[in-house]
Amino acid sequence: MYSRDYSDFGTPPADDGRLVTLEIDGRAATVPEGTSIMRAAATLGREIPKLCATDSLKAFGSCRLCLVEIDGRRGFPASCTTLVSDGIKVRTESPRLTALRRGVMELYLSDHPLDCVSCPANGHCELQDMAEALDITETRYGLKGANHQGLPKDTSNPYFTFDQTMCIACSRCVRACDETQGTFALTIQGRGFASKVSASQNEPFLNSECVSCGACVEACPTVALTENSLITLGAPDRVVTTTCAYCGVGCSFKAEVKGNVVVRMVPNRDGHANHGHSCVKGRFAYGYATHPDRITAPMIRASTDEPWREVGWDEAIGHAARELRRIQAKYGRDAIGGITSSRCTNEETFLVQKLVRAAFGNNNVDTCARVCHSPTGYGLKSTLGESAGTQAFDSVMKADVVIVVGANPTDGHPVFASQLKRRLRQGAQLIVADPRQTAIVRSPHIEAACHLQVRPGANVALFNAIAHVVVTEGLTREDYVSSRCEIDSYTKWKAFVAEPRNSPEATASFTGVEPDLVRKAARLYGGAGNGAIYYGLGVTEHSQGSTMVMAIANLAMATGNLGREGVGVNPLRGQNNVQGSCDMGSFPHEFSGYRHVSDPVVRGAFESAWGVPLLSEPGLRIPNMFEAALDGSFKGMYIQGEDPAQSDPDTQHVTAALASMECVVVQDLFLNETAQYAHVFLPGSSFLEKDGTFINAERRCSRVRKVMEPRGGFQDWEVTMLLANALGYPMRYQHPSEIMDEIARLTPTFAGISYEKLDRLGSIQWPCNEKAPEGTPTMHVGEFVRGKGKFFVTEYVPTEERATRRYPLLLTTGRKLTQYNVGSQTRRTSNVAWASADVVEIHPHDAELRGIRDGDLVGLTSRSGEIVLPAEVTDRVRPGVVYTTFHFPESGANVVTTENSDWATNCPEYKVTAVEVVRVNHASEWQRRHREFTEHQLSLLTGRQPTHA
Amino acid sequence: MTMPPMSKTPLTVWIPRDAAALSLGADRVAEAVAAEAARRGIDIRLVRNGTRGMCWLEPLVEVETPAGRTGYGPVTPADVPTLFAADFLHGGVHPRLVGPVAAIPYFRTQERLTFERVGLTDPLSLDEYLAHGGYQGLQRALTMGSAAVVQEVADSGLRGRGGAAFPTGIKWKTVLDAPADQKFVACNADEGDSGTFADRMLMEGDPFTLVEGMTIAALAVGATEGYIYLRVEYPHAHRTLQSAIDAAYSRNYLGRDILGSGKTFDLEVRLGAGAYICGEETSMLESLEGKRGEVRPRPPLPAVKGLFGQPTIVNNVISLASVPTILRNGSAFYRDYGTGKSRGTLTIQLGGNVKRGGLIERAFGITVREILYDYGEGSASGRPIRTVQIGGPLGAYLPESQFHTPLDYEAFSAMGALVGHGGIVAFDDTVDMSEMARYAMEFCALESCGKCTPCRIGSTRGVEVIDRVVQGVDRDANLALLDDLCDTLLNGSLCGLGGLTPYPVQSALKYFRDDFLKA
Repeated sequence: MYSRDYSDFGTPPADDGRLVTLEIDGRAATVPEGTSIMRAAATLGREIPKLCATDSLKAFGSCRLCLVEIDGRRGFPASCTTLVSDGIKVRTESPRLTALRRGVMELYLSDHPLDCVSCPANGHCELQDMAEALDITETRYGLKGANHQGLPKDTSNPYFTFDQTMCIACSRCVRACDETQGTFALTIQGRGFASKVSASQNEPFLNSECVSCGACVEACPTVALTENSLITLGAPDRVVTTTCAYCGVGCSFKAEVKGNVVVRMVPNRDGHANHGHSCVKGRFAYGYATHPDRITAPMIRASTDEPWREVGWDEAIGHAARELRRIQAKYGRDAIGGITSSRCTNEETFLVQKLVRAAFGNNNVDTCARVCHSPTGYGLKSTLGESAGTQAFDSVMKADVVIVVGANPTDGHPVFASQLKRRLRQGAQLIVADPRQTAIVRSPHIEAACHLQVRPGANVALFNAIAHVVVTEGLTREDYVSSRCEIDSYTKWKAFVAEPRNSPEATASFTGVEPDLVRKAARLYGGAGNGAIYYGLGVTEHSQGSTMVMAIANLAMATGNLGREGVGVNPLRGQNNVQGSCDMGSFPHEFSGYRHVSDPVVRGAFESAWGVPLLSEPGLRIPNMFEAALDGSFKGMYIQGEDPAQSDPDTQHVTAALASMECVVVQDLFLNETAQYAHVFLPGSSFLEKDGTFINAERRCSRVRKVMEPRGGFQDWEVTMLLANALGYPMRYQHPSEIMDEIARLTPTFAGISYEKLDRLGSIQWPCNEKAPEGTPTMHVGEFVRGKGKFFVTEYVPTEERATRRYPLLLTTGRKLTQYNVGSQTRRTSNVAWASADVVEIHPHDAELRGIRDGDLVGLTSRSGEIVLPAEVTDRVRPGVVYTTFHFPESGANVVTTENSDWATNCPEYKVTAVEVVRVNHASEWQRRHREFTEHQLSLLTGRQPTHA
Repeated sequence: MTMPPMSKTPLTVWIPRDAAALSLGADRVAEAVAAEAARRGIDIRLVRNGTRGMCWLEPLVEVETPAGRTGYGPVTPADVPTLFAADFLHGGVHPRLVGPVAAIPYFRTQERLTFERVGLTDPLSLDEYLAHGGYQGLQRALTMGSAAVVQEVADSGLRGRGGAAFPTGIKWKTVLDAPADQKFVACNADEGDSGTFADRMLMEGDPFTLVEGMTIAALAVGATEGYIYLRVEYPHAHRTLQSAIDAAYSRNYLGRDILGSGKTFDLEVRLGAGAYICGEETSMLESLEGKRGEVRPRPPLPAVKGLFGQPTIVNNVISLASVPTILRNGSAFYRDYGTGKSRGTLTIQLGGNVKRGGLIERAFGITVREILYDYGEGSASGRPIRTVQIGGPLGAYLPESQFHTPLDYEAFSAMGALVGHGGIVAFDDTVDMSEMARYAMEFCALESCGKCTPCRIGSTRGVEVIDRVVQGVDRDANLALLDDLCDTLLNGSLCGLGGLTPYPVQSALKYFRDDFLKA
């Protein structure tokens, strides 16, 4: 059931068409052609009784409660499936209609338990609502006839229960699975009275194709599909609208709360990014926030082999400040730095970079975007003029051809994937460029026109080949380019890609893709009315990540696919606020809004606002910090909400760097991998415990609202403020809205954003300023942000990381649907029911050569290290390629990844590592050491001494 | 011993391949005839024709005589040696002899337009089809424009024979006028009503007529693909249709550039999976699309958004099979038959408790009584016929006082009954009408797709309420509840299954109320 504070119009809105005026109960309604009578009535505030209709799903016409009378027409048409037409006169109430509706309700109630009072859905149940609306308290059929009482419940899913006893067979769940989620896991089995909702071929939900997105639960009008938490905790007493803290889709949720406890997270139908949809992570996997592993009191220790000592906030903050100042006194101003978090709010990341620049007095601040989308910022800024995606998610509903490259949206960005699939089912064509056969390539009612199964590391060669076909076959939009782009750069680029060495035939030896398939894809995209490109870390995390981003932008500009709805270049951002953390000036060379620290005007504005002189030279990037640490020149770090010891490449290099420092301050929810090397631990606050904003992949700034009190006593921004004050740099904010006001004052693209406006509009896509007071859904309309779009020649330079006789396979890494990033959140939820370990995917051919069978333990060795994981033999990967995820620290996927990185931004080359895979029978040496170290660190934690008993 | 003189061309023997004849042993009779002929060294040509529709004579063996096709029936394998001995090949006298078939009153008095070739020809032979006027309708249609073909059908007065009686010409015009890149023709051959068999007899006995009718329909509206949705319970019809389709393709009556016209029409047979509801046109379309057979709301009409969302002609077998004769002979020829707004002929299927069941094609206007007594010769049991159910399991029960009603859509509608697909099932005076009313609800419960609430739950409750009425439990209250339930079903259901189930129930209550009040 959806949140009670939503008013349901019954059927989806019609496309804006000709307006039609009709009369409903004597009142005129004017609505677009194609609108249902039910929806037209709802616009007048007349709620026609309904059970099978809800405005997220196409009209179905099965419940027969919404019957109306229309003058001059026979019978009683269903108002959900009957469309408006000019001049008709509709009656929604009459004694005849009431009799019919009561007749239907009596039938419903004859097969439904009537003990509403003890039902978890009491007060939230649409069946109950309808019975009340029609004044029916009992049924003349009695309850002794054939019925569905006493049937077993399906409790296999850890998050929700299917109780078929309560089911009214309205098919809303089935339709939601089809239309909203696009998984088609549910069906109605049997017919007539025996009709029954069935997952897959009558399997328990958990074993079925169900991906636990919760769309069926949201759509259910009764208690038949209900969150276990609602059953256990009972009805909520308040609702808080907030934003999900998982991926970059940034779904809006209504947190339903009872006291200080979240009863359930309901996707917000008014949410601009998700329109009422959700995935298994955002919808259900919030239990980590109250997990017993949470550390809620500050801790300190002198060295990392000492037990942790629990202390008060003053002592912890004072200790950290003294240590950082001591290090600066001893090793120099630049011997410390900070890392902002893409999971924290804009206000928090802004404060951390302010702390570094203003209180540390250097520019040694960086963010985890370094290791994911820094090439996006660089590549798009260089070509188009702004470091962000160009569209709103809704834009995809106008795309005709969609390229998905280096992204796995059904797993990484599931709610966007559902929207994309909806568009594909409407007939848009799909091109996928990925070494793996991801689920979007082929799924129910979806099939990619082309799957370009590119060899890892050859993206640039592939896109040069696509551009070659576009240019040599005359598919460019010369009029568009000549009016909107720098012609010199275009001419150079065009001559470059047209060279025969960039043809699909000539590049096939690098890409491993059939030339004809490349040509087909190029013609499809080049010939599209609206061509849109969506990409992920499979584009950026390469030695040529920035080149590839530019290659994508080049292709979009050359084909005129920028500057309107349905087109664009769209990075699918990994973390909830990775866009925001970049926007907020988290990079060592940029202030908020991507303005270089060397710009005297910009710097001057910050200096006068912050009252301190600021450095004009960029500071250290994350990898430089670790290198400097190993050199002995970098000794202290403040890390908020990040876990580089797990997430960054070449783990042993990272941990050695951490171990060499004198003061590592970690602020986090859990004792994460990095915290095991820390000297000060400051309890973090989850997204449920704070106010602030997140910015998603479509530049959408949405409010995060405090649902419960911070378990450690402070919100993260407050902790940063405490540290700044202890360092002698005063920060005095009463509320994050004041931080946003400062951001708006100092950042032209945020000038028009305020909490008041966010509350009013729901969300705002930046730039938001005088020119665009309500934000900018589509960028580069009319002209590019940089003025003229600029083409860059994208010479393909093969990575040095290549398959050799010693390391003959290429490892690439990715994500699973049910786990998130380093897994510190999702591993502490019931999502482990779907994925409880990382595995190595290997092609049957490669497996057979090595005598590897499905489930065997295999050792994966690169020049960086060795790990051991179970093998999954599958043809999802192409021969020569193996694949794994990095959700579980004990797997140590990043032990094998290398120090290779993007030439422009140092974004690590996670996606290409030459490896060998062999059968083994025990864990790797690193894994054994890791286990011992972790056990030791946990013992130091459990032995911690509370100072105030 | 003197052998009969050998003719130069072998003598032809017709033994039906129709499923009704087969179920009465036609195959065994055919084997026996062939074996006996071989034993006697007689060269015969055995043709497996369709049925003449006189079920009580099946297996009906026919031979050619100077007096015309002469029949023997019903024949058993044991009769075969004596038939030969009686020189049946030349019309010899035998106890099974029924004389020239065309002269049998049951057959002679019919007005066979749609069924003109059924029983007469070899259903698998395209040449015989052509020799008996086949494909002349298509030839004529090809000389006319699309709109003219649609107009011809509209002028004929043909209405949907599947039961809804919607004017075929109007439906076709809607499809013709709907702009679309792709249109379809879908034939509803999911003949599931109890007591109906006209579709089957036609498909088994003269499949080319259906193929030609669909081809004309396709040309008329610009459709290039067609499907026959055939119930899986009709394996013989499946084979016959497939054979006819193959033959039509091989001779360029189907496929690309039909008869050099530049027009394309591809046709295939799809089998249902045994659900009655898939005879409802929108469920049928869902099933054709590979989905669960569930009713779609209307609008949109299938003529606007039908198969795969495209404009689609959905017509019953008999409607489409009536089109070739309309095109060949002109609309006026067809509309000269019938009465009022019910033009042309109805293929009546007579069954149940009658002496002579079978297929009777007559112009609209013949009365129920004429069918029951002139053709059926009264009940098989010899007891008085108490009631008939017309139009399948959802049709109303008629009391004897209404037997004078002419078969005419409007006349039936006026008395709350259906002509439907033209099936008539007779019951003698031993029938308990409360059981029949209960059965109507039970049938609805069994066959409901489960989509809409009135039908899904209401049909099950209907059985329970009728049981309580009959058992005398709170009888008045339950009778009132049954009335309300019928109202909910009639006015609230999504399709005709739930919407028509009250017809048999309420007619039984209205005319035979005492049957409910015995306890």
